[in-house]
Amino acid sequence: MQKQRKIRVLIAKPGLDSHDRGAKVVARALRDAGMEVIYTGLRQTPEQIVETALQEDVDVIGLSILSGAHKTIFPRIMRLLRERDLTDVMVFAGGIIPQEDVAKMKKLGIKEIFGPGTTTETIIHYVLDNLPRRS
Amino acid sequence: MTKTEELVKGVLGGNRRSVARAITIIENDDPDAQELVAKIYVHTGKAHVIGLTGAGGAGKSTLIEKIVKEYRRRGKTVGVVAVDPTSPFTGGAFLGDRIRMQELCTDEGVFIRSMATRNYAGGIARATKDAVKVLDAAGKDVVIVETVGAGQSEVEIIKVAQTIVVVHAPGLGDEIQAIKAGVMEIADIFVVNKADRENANKAVIDIQSNLQMNKKEIPWKPPVLKTIALTGEGIPELVNKIEQHRCFLEGDLECRKVSLRTKAEAELIDAIKERVTGSVIEELKREGKFEALVHQIMEKKTDPTSAADKLVKKALHDVEA
Repeated sequence: MQKQRKIRVLIAKPGLDSHDRGAKVVARALRDAGMEVIYTGLRQTPEQIVETALQEDVDVIGLSILSGAHKTIFPRIMRLLRERDLTDVMVFAGGIIPQEDVAKMKKLGIKEIFGPGTTTETIIHYVLDNLPRRS
Repeated sequence: MTKTEELVKGVLGGNRRSVARAITIIENDDPDAQELVAKIYVHTGKAHVIGLTGAGGAGKSTLIEKIVKEYRRRGKTVGVVAVDPTSPFTGGAFLGDRIRMQELCTDEGVFIRSMATRNYAGGIARATKDAVKVLDAAGKDVVIVETVGAGQSEVEIIKVAQTIVVVHAPGLGDEIQAIKAGVMEIADIFVVNKADRENANKAVIDIQSNLQMNKKEIPWKPPVLKTIALTGEGIPELVNKIEQHRCFLEGDLECRKVSLRTKAEAELIDAIKERVTGSVIEELKREGKFEALVHQIMEKKTDPTSAADKLVKKALHDVEA
């Protein structure tokens, strides 16, 4: 009988850039680590990402962004998550986020930022070790 | 109010968060799952449930996006359960059906849920039929289930949906494929998608000529429609046909009774299987007999069927006693 809790992860690409190789590599790695990964495709608005997280009841959101718009988009996503009471969802991000922005992004509630060169093992372990508890 | 009662109240009120959480509880077979389903069951049966099946790449997800939009234009609310396969090796899954439907996701009249099969056979997940019940109880007028990319024998969807749409695309198979048993037999409506491609008419004819070989006089003859999901061509006609089939089911009392009975029977049998298998195996494992028999089978001292026979008879005897 299957009774274990499955980890559900949303991998989302906000903003207008169209490079999703990284997002797909991470999605595939998490899949191979036994997680159920929902992928939204490109060019998602913050509203679409948060609504998807809600409907899919995910434990984790991974945001991939390379366009440089993270300073506009991430605060909006984090605000919408709070408004929908989705505060027990863990959010991490990756892509091109300059070092000087990392602290600011973390202050918004993004748990970790994975820059270029991060191994997929690092991300898998991070997700497993920081999985939010559910009431 | 208990946690489950609160959740049920949320579902019945159409609260999206409650709907999402209820489906998770059912998927994980959490301790509250049974009570939850029991409590919403009486509120189900109002939605029209449509099953879309067909080979991977035929265009099911894109078709669903367009079907949902058409239903929204007609003022109906819609729930979607989109099933994709679980890895038999890692237990993980990549759920990508939403990609084609993301435009719908901020529409409050639409609720989309991706679901992994979790190794359930037959093209859907074990939790699919109960997830459909949740969406039904939450007030969705129409619930659409997308099966995994189905080959030939994934026909579990007939236990869930009232109208089955089998989606084909030109070039996927010849008349020999059309004549085969299984998926080809369960369709209430056939769709040849990507109808702008070469050989679309050939695909339609292959299906039609196979249908003509049906000997039995059937009250509903499955139509074969052509669509181009990308542009939306043929979608209003498809939705009209689906609605026609719904009216047919509602009008034909005998048909409706048979359909309801078949579903009730199938659900009961599945539930018994699940309960009995689960508890018998658990019990045997606890007693260590399971392990012993596995070894006897490996050493060819007995065969699996005889071993199971012995075990089940004993287990049932114990239950009676």
